[in-house]
Amino acid sequence: MSALRELYQEMIVDHSKRPRNFGVLSDANHTKEGFNPLCGDRLTVYLQEHNHVIDKVKFEGCGCAISVASASLMTEVLQGKTQAEADAVFNDFIQLVTKGHDASLEERLGKLAVFAGVVEFPVRVKCATLPWHTFKAALQDDPQSVSTE
Amino acid sequence: MTDLISQKINKVDIVALRNEFPLLQQTMRGKPLIYLDNSATSQKPQCVIDSITHYYSHDNANIHRGVYELSERATRQYEDSRVAIQQFIYAEHAHEIIFVRGATEAINLVAQSYGRSVFKSKGEIIISAMEHHSNIVPWQMICEEMGAVLKIIPMSDSGEIDLESYQKLFSPRTQFVAVTHASNALGTINPVKEMIRIAHEQGVPVLLDGAQAFPHMPVNVRDLDCDFYVFSSHKAYGPTGVGVLYAKTKWLEKMPPYQTGGDMIESVTFEKTTYNKLPFKFEAGTPNIAGVIGFGAAIAFLNKVGMENIAAHEQILLHYATEKLKTINGLKIIGSAKNKVGVVSFVLDGIHPHDIGTILDDKGIAVRAGHHCAMPVMQRFQLPATVRASFGLYNTEADIDALVIGLNEVKKVFA
Repeated sequence: MSALRELYQEMIVDHSKRPRNFGVLSDANHTKEGFNPLCGDRLTVYLQEHNHVIDKVKFEGCGCAISVASASLMTEVLQGKTQAEADAVFNDFIQLVTKGHDASLEERLGKLAVFAGVVEFPVRVKCATLPWHTFKAALQDDPQSVSTE
Repeated sequence: MTDLISQKINKVDIVALRNEFPLLQQTMRGKPLIYLDNSATSQKPQCVIDSITHYYSHDNANIHRGVYELSERATRQYEDSRVAIQQFIYAEHAHEIIFVRGATEAINLVAQSYGRSVFKSKGEIIISAMEHHSNIVPWQMICEEMGAVLKIIPMSDSGEIDLESYQKLFSPRTQFVAVTHASNALGTINPVKEMIRIAHEQGVPVLLDGAQAFPHMPVNVRDLDCDFYVFSSHKAYGPTGVGVLYAKTKWLEKMPPYQTGGDMIESVTFEKTTYNKLPFKFEAGTPNIAGVIGFGAAIAFLNKVGMENIAAHEQILLHYATEKLKTINGLKIIGSAKNKVGVVSFVLDGIHPHDIGTILDDKGIAVRAGHHCAMPVMQRFQLPATVRASFGLYNTEADIDALVIGLNEVKKVFA
């Protein structure tokens, strides 16, 4: 598969066109906006968390296919995870898109491994990681604004 | 340079010109490189690269101070570039050409030196809705400091300035107009001569941001009657890190120095410093000597090709690209002004510009995707970003054909 096809896999294109868990989560108890000033991507992540368990995740915003698909798949994967589990997925995902994949990483990440192609496109790493950094900041109620620049 | 352009040519021989640019001879991702991001920066002809190499190999010395032959040589070449640029833009005096790092620094110089000494509390500074951030933020900063106010000339859906609205913005408190000659995000060429005339009727000086106009058309600062004109070398086939502030002598004489240090002084004691004469008052420290000499080589190159020829060639490309891109379903061109430089900004239905940029790159095509450092322009058109193809003298209709094929490939990925 060409590097480009690896990047724009069917699942990524599908999630970018039909993002899951898209919209406002009215009973969220954590909310954070993230921004990628380079390309203007902007998204808001909504979380409902109780006793360190993430019950619901939703997002809204606009961005490129990579960032929207990343946000969409993230919301699917994080639903029901404990905070510690979510942290582990966060670390694995960042490693996948910045350093590349190995078999064990791919197994742990499940369908998120579809983002393995991003590592070949260094300028697109920020697109894939923006939702994740925004999620992390939301969970920690980080008062700093999230920017991938 | 080849014989083909060693004498002034009447019609641009693009194939011969293209061969002057070594960077364009390479392949990108296995395909011939198609460079369509000339508004960001242009590629450099061999003569510019050679002039810099020659300077460092044979003539390198500090300028305006050495008593030895080498320094005299470096100084002469540096000052020759100043005269070449003076003649190129029809300035009255060579000392009206101030070397800076680029158009951005030139605007900052005027804002900090002229603005700080002249702007008053409640004074009004007029800029347009289509400015690059570099012609917004310096004015915003100095306005905040001086208590002055920014007034924005609105633009139409086609990306054109409405002269009537512009005229209405003037009041007895208007102190300055700063407007772009050509828009980097939309391509619009503004009716600057008329805008300057209107401002001068009110006794208001005008700065033109020429970064996107200077490389693409003949510029005559005396005919325009602008008070300040700024541009960068690197967008006009010269090296990075060099730009020019042109200003009328009467303003430069009144303006205090922007930066201080060596070369800009006449005498220094711990009690009192007197400043050097123009243009050196504004050129503190050792300048980018090699860059200025390289820019001089670029000006010689442009003189040989002829700015009229370049403008005519790029207009053909602009019209060809506009017609071809219109045939793509779901593609919308942003900016349809009557007068444009060779810039086509566009969006494709349902596909983000960043994805378009990545997929085109895979085909060896370099375009810009983003907000083009003109976020207010994007807000005006309610877009997060656009794709921009911008042409230079070496681009051809075949480059545009490749872009169209590439865009159809993009649509396939997202079909």
